[in-house]
Amino acid sequence: MHFGPHLLLAALEGLVTSAVLALTALGLSLVFGVMRVVNVAHGEFFMLGAPLAWAISTAIPGHPTVGFLTALVIAPLIVGAIALVAERLVLRRLNYNPEATIVATIGMLYIIQQLALSFYGPEARPVEPPFSYRILLPWFGYSGYKLSIIAASGLLLVATWLVLTRTKIGLIMRATQYDSETAQAFGIPVDRVYAGVFALGAMLAAIAAVLIVPISQAHYLMGQDPLLLSFIVVIIGGLGSLRGTVVAAVLIGLSDGIISVFFSPTLAKIIATLLVAMVLVFRPQGLFGTAPR
Amino acid sequence: MPRYRQSKLKNRGTAVTDKNGFFDLSRSTLSRRTALKGLAAGAGLTLAPGFVRYSQAQSSAPIKIGFQSHRTGIGAAYGRWYEKTSAAAVKAINDAGGINGRPIELVIEDDGTDPARGAEVVGKFATQHKTDIVFGTLFSHVVMGSAPAAGENKIPYFVVSEGHHVASTKLNRYVFQPGITDVKSQIQSMAPWIAANAGKKVTQIFPDFAFGYDHRDYLPPALKTQGAEVIAQIAIPPTESSFTKYFPQIPAETEVIYHVMVGPAVLTFVKELGEFYGSNRPQLFGFIDSLEATDINSPGLEFLDGSHFWEGSPRYAQADDSAAQKAYRAAVGIDDNGASVGDAKDVSTAAHMFGCWETLYVVKKAMEDAGYKGPEDRAKLVEATEALTEFAEGPEHPQGPKTFNGKIHQCFGIQNISKVEGGKLKVVHKTKIEDGLYEAEGDYTTQAL
Repeated sequence: MHFGPHLLLAALEGLVTSAVLALTALGLSLVFGVMRVVNVAHGEFFMLGAPLAWAISTAIPGHPTVGFLTALVIAPLIVGAIALVAERLVLRRLNYNPEATIVATIGMLYIIQQLALSFYGPEARPVEPPFSYRILLPWFGYSGYKLSIIAASGLLLVATWLVLTRTKIGLIMRATQYDSETAQAFGIPVDRVYAGVFALGAMLAAIAAVLIVPISQAHYLMGQDPLLLSFIVVIIGGLGSLRGTVVAAVLIGLSDGIISVFFSPTLAKIIATLLVAMVLVFRPQGLFGTAPR
Repeated sequence: MPRYRQSKLKNRGTAVTDKNGFFDLSRSTLSRRTALKGLAAGAGLTLAPGFVRYSQAQSSAPIKIGFQSHRTGIGAAYGRWYEKTSAAAVKAINDAGGINGRPIELVIEDDGTDPARGAEVVGKFATQHKTDIVFGTLFSHVVMGSAPAAGENKIPYFVVSEGHHVASTKLNRYVFQPGITDVKSQIQSMAPWIAANAGKKVTQIFPDFAFGYDHRDYLPPALKTQGAEVIAQIAIPPTESSFTKYFPQIPAETEVIYHVMVGPAVLTFVKELGEFYGSNRPQLFGFIDSLEATDINSPGLEFLDGSHFWEGSPRYAQADDSAAQKAYRAAVGIDDNGASVGDAKDVSTAAHMFGCWETLYVVKKAMEDAGYKGPEDRAKLVEATEALTEFAEGPEHPQGPKTFNGKIHQCFGIQNISKVEGGKLKVVHKTKIEDGLYEAEGDYTTQAL
């Protein structure tokens, strides 16, 4: 294959990775930014979206589009509810102590993963895409559905940005992020904001999983890679910065796509990790983060 | 922000948490009386009649077979079907009187499809469960990781792994593969068919670990003798979940794509290959490993129509199936489409799992030949297994006849090449045992026991 089409394919693959990564990492970044805790179970909330999407889309008869769209709405809601329960039962009782939360969410990671194995099983199961249009380029074919993931992810990111910057809920979240004690003094129910943000973070991850599941099947171990990559993105982008998360996700996704097409996937991972190290050394608050007060 | 707000739990009178809310075990009260009760109960258990019975009457005690299973990890679908098949074989053997009049008991441990865990499990079987033998698993990296533990514990380790590592004689004298042909032999026996029917310029796509390397190393020479050649080799990490980025490496002049992929992402692999090429594709020859436990009629797989697969044992019932094959399928509980009876979506790993059934019958034969009584006879069992030479087709070996080379601990059988036709796999070519024989690379029997 010639250089041009080769690069195009690499960029397309990279953009799909970026789109999914941006949503997943945004969830992690919100939790990180507002609650100042590390949610190690984030990848498992991502994973939960996929088996749920499978269950919902198989339960609903008729055209695959109906099942898929239902899954796109219902699965994140269920995952959000589970996250809410986990927040009430675990994180709140630890008083959001950062160290204890890490240990507790590691525990949650294993519990969720093993529950998925027990109730969903070890198989990788496919979910039919809502449409299966194959875009025929002169050099190779490409899945139309994959392109729609990029669009859907973009829309969701814009929506999240609008909510954060233009609504009262967003204002409350930003106030809590900026200074939770003062926010509480002004009558903001910080506890409820925390619960909401934790659920929202899990829902964003679940949406990402529902979007990706028609191209990579639902499997109970699928939460591990996204977790790692999300951490990388959040560290590079800066804690709690929406802009930083998106820029870092595109950066990591595109470099992963292009480097792994032209060289090797292992090199792509090496470079991403190296980038994290460089950011930590020269700009510890991340590309767009602000230094802690 | 309230990182260390006052803990509500602190003042609830629970003595086991310290001021940071963490557990403080020094304050828990385990009284001497409780401890003594526990001790007494433990002593009572070991003296209970049930524990004594077997040591007094060893001849009727079950033969314990430690089953190292991929219950979790990327091999979990194989693990589940390996368990089903083994349970069916054990039931059949026990119903017919067991081994030397003793029933078999399977002790199952999860290896997590992980080599380090696999080695631990073998050690656990040898020292904790005290099983008679270890019976094993599919993924070659787990087998290679576990083999040294079997050698150290001097416990026979029967695997159903398909890889060439046993026959390479690089493992040790305690490892056997008597139920499934190794990859080197499979490739050698099928290469003439590939060169004659699929094409001469072959690109290989394989997983980047031991099993894939067998394909990488043995296909090129096997094709060369048939006047065909491998023009590109693409290794893919076993945990990869997206594959389109690898496809530009496939040279345009490729006539055949030879694919063998494993793990949960196999369906994605085949689907993305379909999106990339559409109907204008090179010939495809794959190992069914790329689609084990996956419905061949899944959405996105239509483009596989007309392509060819290796199958150890055919997934779909064939017109010329033997009575033994039919009985085996019924015993394991798979229907004519190779799916679980009663759940058409639960597709089996038919191409490999027959090896579990056959291996257990080989164990039975070897134990009976050795007059096996208990772990003290393990060396005799190794020698008796090495003395086996052939297994006739029949209820004990439903996949077909096999020969066994005791020097390299490996069996050799027939292979099936199947074509995807109308949403089913139809066997179009069966190789002969002689096609897959090769010069032994070593001799395990010279190693000390």
